[in-house]
Amino acid sequence: MSLTDLPLSAARDGLRRGDFTSLELVDAHLDAIEALNPRLNAFITVTADQARDEARKADAARARGADGALLGLPLAIKDLFCTAGVRTTAGSKILAPFVPPYESTVTANLRRDGAVFVGKTNLDEFAMGSSNMTSAFGPVTSPWTTSDNRRLVPGGSSGGSAAAVSARLCLGATGTDTGGSIRQPASFTGIVGAKPTYGRCSRWGVVAFASSLDHPGPFARTVEDAAVLLGSMAGFDPKDSTSADQKVPDFAAACRQSVRGLRIGVPKEYRSDDMPPEIDALWQQGLEWLRAAGAETVEVSLPHTKYGLAAYYIVAPAEASSNLARYDGIRFGQRRDGVDLDDLYERTRAEGFGPEVRRRIMIGTYVLSAGYYDAYYLRAQKLRALILKDFTDAFRSVDALLTPTAPSAAFAQGENMDDPIKMYLNDVFTVPANMAGIPGISVPAGLDKAGLPLGLQVLSRPFDEATGFAVAAVLESAAGFDTLPPLRAGAAG
Amino acid sequence: MSPSLNQYVIEGSTGPWEIVVGLEVHAQVISQSKLFSGAATQFGAEPNSQVSFVDAAFPGMLPVPNRECVAQAVRTGLGLEAQINLVSRFDRKNYFYADLPAGYQISQFEHPIVGAGVVEVELADGSSKRIGVTRLHLEQDAGKSLHDQHATKSYIDLNRSGVALMEIVSEPDMRSPEEAGAYLRKMRTILRYLGTCDGNMEEGSMRADVNVSVRKHGEPFRTRCEIKNVNSVRFVMQAIEAEAKRQVEIWESGGTVEQETRLFDPARGETRSMRSKEDAHDYRYFPDPDLLPLVLDENWVAELKRGLPELPDAKRARFVAEYGLPVYDAGVLVAEKETAAFYETVAKGRDAKLAANWMMGDFFAALNRTGRTIETSPVSAAALGELVDLLTDKTINGRIAKEVFEAMVETGERPGAIVEAKGLRQVTDTSAIDAAVQAVLDSNPDKVADYKGGKEKLFGFFVGQVMKAMAGKGNPAMVNDVLKAKLG
Repeated sequence: MSLTDLPLSAARDGLRRGDFTSLELVDAHLDAIEALNPRLNAFITVTADQARDEARKADAARARGADGALLGLPLAIKDLFCTAGVRTTAGSKILAPFVPPYESTVTANLRRDGAVFVGKTNLDEFAMGSSNMTSAFGPVTSPWTTSDNRRLVPGGSSGGSAAAVSARLCLGATGTDTGGSIRQPASFTGIVGAKPTYGRCSRWGVVAFASSLDHPGPFARTVEDAAVLLGSMAGFDPKDSTSADQKVPDFAAACRQSVRGLRIGVPKEYRSDDMPPEIDALWQQGLEWLRAAGAETVEVSLPHTKYGLAAYYIVAPAEASSNLARYDGIRFGQRRDGVDLDDLYERTRAEGFGPEVRRRIMIGTYVLSAGYYDAYYLRAQKLRALILKDFTDAFRSVDALLTPTAPSAAFAQGENMDDPIKMYLNDVFTVPANMAGIPGISVPAGLDKAGLPLGLQVLSRPFDEATGFAVAAVLESAAGFDTLPPLRAGAAG
Repeated sequence: MSPSLNQYVIEGSTGPWEIVVGLEVHAQVISQSKLFSGAATQFGAEPNSQVSFVDAAFPGMLPVPNRECVAQAVRTGLGLEAQINLVSRFDRKNYFYADLPAGYQISQFEHPIVGAGVVEVELADGSSKRIGVTRLHLEQDAGKSLHDQHATKSYIDLNRSGVALMEIVSEPDMRSPEEAGAYLRKMRTILRYLGTCDGNMEEGSMRADVNVSVRKHGEPFRTRCEIKNVNSVRFVMQAIEAEAKRQVEIWESGGTVEQETRLFDPARGETRSMRSKEDAHDYRYFPDPDLLPLVLDENWVAELKRGLPELPDAKRARFVAEYGLPVYDAGVLVAEKETAAFYETVAKGRDAKLAANWMMGDFFAALNRTGRTIETSPVSAAALGELVDLLTDKTINGRIAKEVFEAMVETGERPGAIVEAKGLRQVTDTSAIDAAVQAVLDSNPDKVADYKGGKEKLFGFFVGQVMKAMAGKGNPAMVNDVLKAKLG
C-alpha cells in the first residue's frame, strides 16, 4: 500500500496516529507528480520546495499538539486562485509572468486549516472551456484511456485539478465552476466534484471569468473528503460583496445522514432522445439506489431549462468581456509595446489571449452593445430569473434533484474543436445550477461501454449543500465505484 | 410674448437668442477612504502612494462599497431636498484608457441613489430662481495621466483612481451665464455646509460638465454641446457665453450644430471639439455583477436626516428673523458656513446689526487686504465681539474703534488691551469736554462771530477742533451738546 493510495480522510487519520509524517506523505505525492506530470500536464507550476517546507512545519506543529482539519495534507490549487508569491497564470499567456502579492480567501482558509499546496493546476484559459484544450500551457491529458489508447480530455475548465486528484497526485484540489467546470471534469475523471451555493465560497483573489456565475469548490476522491474540503474553503468574507453571511454547517457529518423519506426530483426536461442509453440507464440506476435507501423519487418540471445554455452563453461572455478588460499590459502581466496606447492594447491582447477567450470577449462585447443589449443581455437575464424560479418551484415539493452530470463520457483530445456549439453542449446539465446559484455535486457512479467514468449530479436547495452531500454519499456507497485510471501514482504504465 | 427686458439673450443678426444650460457637477466625496477600497484619499500625496490592489484592478480583486461614501451621497440628496432611492444599483461603464485600471468605471446608470431635487439660487437683481436637480449618483473617479513628464512616455498616477464622486445632474433650467454661476456657487455652498465635498474647484475636487444650446424664444430645445471638465465658476460662465455665441453663428449662417463633446480654452476664450457623436464611446453599461443592489434602511436615512446641519437657505431666513438683518446682508453672511458661525459668535448677545456692519465692512476689507480667510483671520470672533462691546458701552467712539480695529489686524491683540495701552478710552468727563470746548472757542473768536452771524456750517469745524484737541477721544454726542450750549 502506497501513501498515494489513501484518500484524504484516511491520510489525515494516519497522520493523527503517527503512522507516517506529512513530509513522507507530501514526498510521495511530489514523486508521483514528477513521474506523471510530463504525461498528464496537470500542473502548470509545481511548488515542491515550498510544499516540503510546509510539510516539515506541519509535522512540527503536530508534534506540539496542533491538529487542523487539513494539517499536513497535500492539495493542488487551480491556477485561477491567486497564491501569494507563487505565479498565477489563469492558463493564459497574458498572465504568464504574474506573481500575485496576495492570497485568495479560499486558499487562505485552506492554509489556516494546515493544508500543504503541491502546485498550481492547469485549466482552460481563464476557465473558458470544457476540455482543457484552450490552456496556453498545453492541454491536460486525462489519466483515463480507452482501449485504443487515444488521449482523452479530463474535461474543463478545472481539468488539471480533476486529473491530479484522479491520478492520485494530491489528496484533493480546488476548482471553480462557472458553467460546470468542477462537475463535468469530476464526471470525466471518476472523482467527486462539488459546486456549492453562490456566495458560500469567497471569490476574493480568484481570477474572474463571469462574476455572477463563478463558484469555487473542491475535488476529492470521496464525497466525505469533498465535504471536509468545502467546510474549510467556505465562509463569509467581507471582502466579497456577494459572499453570504451564512453559518457553515458540518458537511462531513451530513454525509452520514440518512436519505430515508427524502423526495428526489427527476427533471423531465433533462431526458432527451439523443441521450446515450448507458447514461440514461445509469440515471435510472441512481434513482433505484436512492429508492432502495428509503427516498421517494418523483418527476418534476423545469420548463425553462432548455433555454439555460443559450442564456448562459450570453451572460457569461458579457461579464467576461468586462472582467478581462483589465488585462491591458499596463500594470501587470505580459505587454507588447505599440506605437500608441490603442496599438499597445491591441498587440498585448491579440498576443496574450487565445482564440476561445477572444471569441468570448467578442460575443460579450456584442451582446452588451447599444442596440443589442435589450435583445440579448436583458432577455438572458429575464430567462435567468425564470430558471431560478423553476428550481424554487421544484424545491417546494422535492428535497434534491438527480440528473446525469454530462451528456457523454470524456472525449478525445481534438474532438469537438471544430464546432464551439458542440463543445458548449457539454455544459447542458450543469449550467442551470450556475444560473440559479444552487449547489450541485457530481459523484462517480459507473462506466460507459468504453470503460470510462460517468457521473451523476445531485442538485439541492440554496445553502442546503448538506442534503446534497447526504444523497451523494448514498449514491457513492451504492455504486461502489472502485475502478482506477490506468495512469496513476505507482502504476504509471 | 417677447422676452422680458432683463432676460439674458445673445443678439444675433436674426434677432435675440435664448440660451439653455444644464450642468453636471462632479463632486469628490469627503471620506477617509475610496468608494470601493480601503485606500486613503488625501489630496497631494506622493503619486501612486494611495492605491490598493482593488484600485489598480489586480486579478481577483473585488469592490466593497464604503458605507461613509454612501452616507455622504444620501446627506447631499437630503440637502438638495431630493428623493432618496432606498434601492439603487451600480453599473459598469466600459471603456479603455491607461488611467482606468479595470477597463470600466463603476457608476450608477439606470438606478441612481438620489432622484429629483431642487436648488434655489439668488440673482443679482434680488430675485431668486429654482433650478431642478434631475439626479445624483455615485461613481468612481479615474486615475490621472501625466503626459508632460517624459518625452515619449506617459506617467499614470492612480491615487485618484476609485475615489468617490457624486455626479449631480441639473435640469436644463438655466438661461444665462449668471444663473449657471449662481447655481454652481450655491451648490458649492450646500456641499460645504453638508461637509460632503470641499467644493475646491482649483484642486479638481469639484468639476462641471456644461451642456449648452441656444434657441429662439418659445422654441423647443435645439441640439446641445457638452463642454467637459470646466474647473472654475468664472470659466463656466465664460464657456457658456463663448459656446452660445458659436452656436448662434452656426445657426445664423445656415449651418447645423452637431451634438459633440467640447473643451473650453480659457486662454483663447473659446471652445473646441474634443470628439464628435460618431466616435462617441459605446459604454456597454450593465449591472456590476460583483456588487449587490444597494439597499438603504429607511431608519438609517431618517437618522442621517436628523443629523443634517442647518442649511444656507434656512440659516439666511433665521438671520433675517433673529437678528433683523436685511435679506442681502444675511445672504452674504451665510455664503460660507464658517463666516456664518463667525458672525453668530460676534452677534450673540450684542447689537446684531452693528455686528453685521462691522463684519461686512472693516472686517471683510481687512481679510481682502491681508489675503487671509475667515479661518486664518488675524481678528478672532471673540475679539471683534469685544470691540463691539467697547463701542456699545461707549468706552470708545466709532472713529477710535476703526483705529483700534486696524491695530487688532496688525498685532492680533485684544481691543481692550489696545485701548488701555494707547489710552484711547473715550472722554465722557463733562468738565474736561467743557474745558476743551472753551479753549477752542477762545482761540477762534472770529469764527465764533461768523457762526453767530449765520454761518452755521462752521459747527463742524468746531467739532473737529475739539476732537483734535482731545486726540479723538471725546464722546461725540457730549461734544456736540456742550458746543451747542456754549454757542447759544
